[in-house]
Amino acid sequence: MAYSFPEEVLEYVFSFINSDKDRNAVSLVCKSWYEIERWCRRRIFIGNCYAVTPGIMVRRFPEIRSVEIKGKPHFADFNLVPEGWGGYVYPWVVAMSRAYPWLEEIRLKRMVVSDECLELISKSFKNFKVLVMSSCEGFSTDGLASIVANCRNLKELDLRESEVEDLSGHWLSHFPDTCTSLVSLNIACLASEVSFSALERLVSRCPNLKSLQLNRAVPLEKLPNLLRGAPQLVELGTGAYSAELRPELLSNLFDAFTVCKELKGLSGFWDVVPAYLPAIYPVCNGLTSLNLSYATIQSPDISKLISQCQNLERLWVLDYIEDSGLDILATCCKNLEELRVFPSDPYGVEQNVALTEQGLVSVSEGCPKLQSVLYFCRRMSNAALVTIARNRPNLIRFRLCIIEARATDYLTLEPLDAGFGAIVENCRELRRLSLSGLLTDRVFEYIGKHAKKLEMLSIAFAGDGDLGLHHVLSGCESLRKLEIRDSPFGDKALLANAAKLETMRSLWMSSCSVSYGACKLLGQRLPRLNVEVIDERGTPESRPESCPIEKLYIYRTVAGPRFDTPGFIWTMDEEGNTPLGIA
Amino acid sequence: MNNLSESGKSGMNLKETELTLGLPGEPRVGKACMKRVFSETVDLELGNSGKKDSSGSGSSMKKESATSRGKLVGWPPVRAHRKNIMTVKSGKYVKVGVDGAPYLRKVDLELYNSYEQFLSIRTVLDEKKLMDPVNGVEYVPTYEDKDGDWMLVGDVPWKMFAESCKRVRLMTRSEAIGLAPRPETKCSSSSS
Repeated sequence: MAYSFPEEVLEYVFSFINSDKDRNAVSLVCKSWYEIERWCRRRIFIGNCYAVTPGIMVRRFPEIRSVEIKGKPHFADFNLVPEGWGGYVYPWVVAMSRAYPWLEEIRLKRMVVSDECLELISKSFKNFKVLVMSSCEGFSTDGLASIVANCRNLKELDLRESEVEDLSGHWLSHFPDTCTSLVSLNIACLASEVSFSALERLVSRCPNLKSLQLNRAVPLEKLPNLLRGAPQLVELGTGAYSAELRPELLSNLFDAFTVCKELKGLSGFWDVVPAYLPAIYPVCNGLTSLNLSYATIQSPDISKLISQCQNLERLWVLDYIEDSGLDILATCCKNLEELRVFPSDPYGVEQNVALTEQGLVSVSEGCPKLQSVLYFCRRMSNAALVTIARNRPNLIRFRLCIIEARATDYLTLEPLDAGFGAIVENCRELRRLSLSGLLTDRVFEYIGKHAKKLEMLSIAFAGDGDLGLHHVLSGCESLRKLEIRDSPFGDKALLANAAKLETMRSLWMSSCSVSYGACKLLGQRLPRLNVEVIDERGTPESRPESCPIEKLYIYRTVAGPRFDTPGFIWTMDEEGNTPLGIA
Repeated sequence: MNNLSESGKSGMNLKETELTLGLPGEPRVGKACMKRVFSETVDLELGNSGKKDSSGSGSSMKKESATSRGKLVGWPPVRAHRKNIMTVKSGKYVKVGVDGAPYLRKVDLELYNSYEQFLSIRTVLDEKKLMDPVNGVEYVPTYEDKDGDWMLVGDVPWKMFAESCKRVRLMTRSEAIGLAPRPETKCSSSSS
């Protein structure tokens, strides 16, 4: 084109465009922009590892430096996805080891990572800097040893809630003495003791260390020295926060915290002994993030702490905080944006704490910036939900878990349709919603009508029939992820809204009423989807077509059916034939 | 409550298809069996699938009783690493109750080294109860020891109390009258 900019200029302009959405838009303008863009894209996000193949990725984007990949569906967190489902990162690492010698960052979520994989990473990428593995599994501390020994420029090693085969704490000692590049280290999920002297030396020689999350095995006595070695820390996860009451340890700890002027986030607090909490008072005022969700302390201790953290933006806490503690939170923390309240006794039959819907109502009243809520409780009312919705139309994430499945409004004994209806009607920017309690198709009518920005919806034990699902699929324009369990949704809604499924990342349905026949039809009609039937009873061919399947996972893909399915997964094929998979 | 009337449930009897451990009294059955129950139930209903109207009433509104409820897979949705955190700590948990209050609090005595620390909890329980000080109701902390006797809290050294305490109750003063303080030298017999 006569009047187009030279490539270098376009490339320079594109270098300011970093969001995936914008980059994708740029690549669609014309062929030459597509070409230029693909050569200069440095960061890629793959929300579903089976939506595309490693080969496709490296062919299109030859100069990637940073990759983020997600594997298993979200319900895997709650044991609903059988072992062996998939999500192996190995093929990705193999392809990248050949195509991206300058790869710097790998971020994984819910993927299976082996020790060989970690070793391959550590040897393939000379400038490797960042490894984040969130809720991953399949590797041991040996794999970690490879990474820390071989990656000379390692900046981040973050094992967020991964399941690691913990052979010993030796791996940490494999950090070379010359390593000074560490910025973030999160080993909170590991059980074994690491060498404390190795840890101390590592921490004190890394001047850029900003985030350190210790594991439970690091005793409280070690914390003051660690802190003195890293006074520049912004985020700290303590180890076990208990010891016999010794005044000199308390004052030592207190003095160490005094030096941490940059500290904004605190977590850890396993086995908390309340008497040691005053040690963190020096940093409370600067805290924006506090995670007490492992701290089994009672409401008065929690309240005392919170009342000093006036700048808190994020609080994760157990329901020991109770309504009284939430009242104090509402009074003191006017900058609160995110609240997560976890159950201390999720499987207990009786209520063990004085936490009710009232606590959440208080916070919704007192905290004008509250936008993200995760709340476990044992009772709820439509009235409370309506109040919350009216108080906080700025909510973006609302996840409510009433512990008893199908619990009614405790005041009126009605379903909670009206309450959740008020949430979606008032909170116009709502992007994520998790429902609980007794719900009829009516709530889905409200959701379909009002939740136009909703991207992720989680449904459990809800609805009356297909109409409910139809409301959601036909009404929620922004829906990307839908996960449903134990709800009477079936074939009709799916088949009527089949095309919608191509506009979403994925749909999960388990213990619903979707028949095998409908799955076959969907597979036939929509070649750009993988329709995967998960059934541990053996091949669905051995049962009538009208028989409902156990679990269903549907996702859009350009990769075609996957080749690594285990014996209990069948992919519906385009011809409507006997499906691919081990019969 | 009209829309929850049980007239003509549409096809899906969800109560029957609930993931339970089987009939009460029976030993736990394997996952495969649970699934068979589900599919058998639905098979029976499939003859009606044509008549199934999606606006029909759904699940039974009867709340499951605590005893009949089996454990549901993955419900409530708590991640594995959170479940483990709570169970690993051993501790010495005792139930703490206040007369008239509906909740029993489980407190780990091993977290405390003295009555003073422990009683700060008691203070909060008190405060809740004493919301109406006009009543003039006063609470006295009492505990049941290993021998089943109800004693006043505070009469023995903390460690001795922590070892022998089975549960704690804040009684109203009137009720607490008649509880004798335990003599300093404890005899091994249970008589007070």
